[in-house]
Amino acid sequence: MRRSILIASALVTTLALSACGSSEDAGDTTEGTEESTAEATEATGSLTVWVDETRETAVESAAEAFESETGAEVEIVLKNFEDIRSDFIAQVPTGEGPDVTVGAHDWLGELITNGVVAPVELGATADGFEDVAVEAFTADGAVYGMPYAIENIALIRNTELADSAPATWDDAISMGEDADTKYPFLIQTGTEGDPYTYYPFQTSFGAPVFEQNEDGSYSPELAMGGDAGTAYAEWLAEQGEAGTLTTDITYDIAVEAFAKGQSPFIVGGPWMLEQFADLDLAIDPIPAAGDEAAQPFVGVQGFYVSAQSENALLANDFLVNYLSTEEAQTALFEAGGRPPALTAAADAASSDPIVAGFREVGAEAVPMPSIPEMGSVWAFWGVTEANIISGKADPAKAWDKMISDIEGALDS
Amino acid sequence: MTDLQQSRTASREASDDAPAPPGRPSRRFRLGRRDESPAGRYGAGFLAKLALMAVVDAFGVYVVWSAYLAESWFILGAMVAMLVVANWVYFSRRVVPLKYVLPGLIFLFTFQIFTIGYTGWVAFTNYGDGHNSTKEDAVAALLVQNERRVEGSPAVPLTVVADGDELGFAVVQPDGTTAVGSAEEPLEAADATVTEGRVTAVDGWEVLDRAEVLARQGEVTDLRVPVSDDPAAGSVRTQDARTGYVYESTLVYDEAADTMTDTATGTVYTPNDEGQFEAADGSTLNVGWRVFVGFDNFTTAFSDSRYSGPFFQIVVWTFVFAFASVATTFLLGMFLASVFNTPMRGRKIYRTLLILPYAIPGFVAPLLWSGLLNRSFGFVNQVLLGGAAIPWLTDPWLAKLSIIGVNLWLGFPYMFLICTGALQSLPTDVLEAAKIDGAGRLRTWRSVVMPLLLVSTTPLLISSFAFNFNNFALVYMLTGGGPRFEDASVPLGHTDIMITMVYSVAGLDGNAPKDFGLASALSIVIFVIIATISAIAFKRTRSLEEIN
Repeated sequence: MRRSILIASALVTTLALSACGSSEDAGDTTEGTEESTAEATEATGSLTVWVDETRETAVESAAEAFESETGAEVEIVLKNFEDIRSDFIAQVPTGEGPDVTVGAHDWLGELITNGVVAPVELGATADGFEDVAVEAFTADGAVYGMPYAIENIALIRNTELADSAPATWDDAISMGEDADTKYPFLIQTGTEGDPYTYYPFQTSFGAPVFEQNEDGSYSPELAMGGDAGTAYAEWLAEQGEAGTLTTDITYDIAVEAFAKGQSPFIVGGPWMLEQFADLDLAIDPIPAAGDEAAQPFVGVQGFYVSAQSENALLANDFLVNYLSTEEAQTALFEAGGRPPALTAAADAASSDPIVAGFREVGAEAVPMPSIPEMGSVWAFWGVTEANIISGKADPAKAWDKMISDIEGALDS
Repeated sequence: MTDLQQSRTASREASDDAPAPPGRPSRRFRLGRRDESPAGRYGAGFLAKLALMAVVDAFGVYVVWSAYLAESWFILGAMVAMLVVANWVYFSRRVVPLKYVLPGLIFLFTFQIFTIGYTGWVAFTNYGDGHNSTKEDAVAALLVQNERRVEGSPAVPLTVVADGDELGFAVVQPDGTTAVGSAEEPLEAADATVTEGRVTAVDGWEVLDRAEVLARQGEVTDLRVPVSDDPAAGSVRTQDARTGYVYESTLVYDEAADTMTDTATGTVYTPNDEGQFEAADGSTLNVGWRVFVGFDNFTTAFSDSRYSGPFFQIVVWTFVFAFASVATTFLLGMFLASVFNTPMRGRKIYRTLLILPYAIPGFVAPLLWSGLLNRSFGFVNQVLLGGAAIPWLTDPWLAKLSIIGVNLWLGFPYMFLICTGALQSLPTDVLEAAKIDGAGRLRTWRSVVMPLLLVSTTPLLISSFAFNFNNFALVYMLTGGGPRFEDASVPLGHTDIMITMVYSVAGLDGNAPKDFGLASALSIVIFVIIATISAIAFKRTRSLEEIN
């Protein structure tokens, strides 16, 4: 009896070991799979598209048009937006990934280094898009995605509490104090900081995160050190001491307070608007704290094509000829609430003053860096800002240490 | 995981405890007896077994068929082997113990041994950002990324044509002339019928309709039709089979020499040991592939000076946290269990209430508590402490205390449950014997109850220690590892334990380039630590049993 157990264990061990060994020729297996699926889908051709919840219906309606015109099948897979990036990178090499996925432009550097995206030739349709949208999806001269929405933050103003747009930070604070509300100015911070939301204030001191090349792309040279960076850090410390900035305010707290009318101003994006449905709002440029213009990051959403798509033809056809139409872009705008990347659709959407407001601020904004080095910056950046605001750290010293820590992380 | 561990101990016990066959005759005797069992007579039991095995086999055949279609030969082979073994075990009369053990064994090997083996394999590779796939994929990706549309080149309406197996493109040039070409023959003017700006018929070629194009779409997207005999002039390709563009490659792969050449600068890149193409001056191309790197991941984990300081602090805190968690939850659980072990009014209600925290999912409770403990808006500070601004989660020491406190709240019901069970199953005769011998309550507790309780709960305390050693969800959800070390140059914090450190160091949280190789290597180190501690502890437990 004992022997039989031994034999069984030995058998299963061998299986498990051969499993580990066989992973080496995963490449061959993948190729095999490609051929067989190509054969299986020969007759119709089918396309797998990953989308997140907000975009599902809009992509579905574009897919219906595509299906009826080409006879191809489109399978729409609903995913969490946060999971798409890592799942796409992990699954494309196995041959199990989608043909097309929705995504943000700042993933581009990572997707390229991992060899999972293929360039998309927008051809003549490229001219129809806002320049910043196509630029954001461009790396080293090649375009890697079909943009559909542009998002950026701006100053959202409760017109009942403040009747005009503040020109500078100090104006905003004094207007906020005149409004006699619980908070003069709301900006989400949290104990980990929020460098994305704080970025316009940083740029107003002339301290962009990375050096920008002439064509708008970023080079992996940190640019936020030096006197400009220190000036910004000192401003953070001052405001933290004055109580106008505080790490206690998280996204949820800020949005709830603004919705209750506890502040005339909040820095935020179109994703907040749903909660402010009962308020009269105006969208203004973010007031500069330093001497230069306050430029927020602009993020572009778009669709990527997998480098290993077996249906590359269908995928490109779907993106370039079906999802880039004004109709499809407008549908995506209505679903997600973010200004469309297609100029014609954006013009139409701008009849709404709120959309027009965000679009105007976005025109002055800078694209969020999509270079892979950007990933190493966030963790140090946010916490340093938070520590300076809460008074835990000396501004100049903490900022210098952050710069050297980031440089250490980039070098390793 | 605990289930599997139990099944593993069960299987070990089965093999240990199975009485050695006393000799041939008795074995025969038992076999003879078994022939008269219901199963032997094709009774209801046999039919039930037959039905169950039919379901298992049907599922197995389905998997085998799917694996065949997907051409994953490993899964196919493994499944066939598993089916053969399962059928042999359940229809043979010689392997009775295996009938009980086999399901457990199969789960053990698929979920435990395979996972460990795979982690071990990844630990010796450089799998991660920039080394995401095979070399073939990397070469393909580099080639496709380094094709550029020739500046100012027109977009030409394009039709896919075929001559037998050979595919070609028929295009309408900007000047209105038509041309046809294939991979071998550059574009050449040809007479063609043009309808609505697109070629619809051409001599010597058959125009493919949409379905035929889609059936061969891989070939179509890979097809490059040279513009002229001069290869530098670029080639026509299409991505949607409707419009063609002229492209030129800035990177060329020489398969024979296994090198990449930049056509603009003439730089030659050769593959290096790290799974990247490297030029003579040390510059590399951005897409690499997975290679074996030996013990590199293990050495880098311990050689990066930026980590040396925080690493030591984190190891100490991990042990303190795991030990303190087990000790506090066990002491409170045991205390409450013995209090509620004496008869009293409403005991059932109290017991039910005490188990409530156990009913809240372990992922949700820490999130809830992180809200409750917020410095300015949390319930604890605002309501319970009347507006005090105590930095529960942002002060290094208080954050550690909060973590242990929340884990106590989460974990004591479990200890309460097992202690209640153990107390209720204590033999009454020894307690009576203690009473007769004149032992007081405290003495009975210390000399009789406690040792007996420990015999049955120590294995659970050890597994609880191992669980808390890797209690990722609690730390990640409650503090995220924060507050950060102020003197360290890496994004780690005072409440980070080893597993959350791995998560951050390996870039799985998105704050560094992902490095699955490093993550696997560090996981193996943690595995070794826990395995050693558990092995020693189990050995000690056995001596505890012997005393009794």
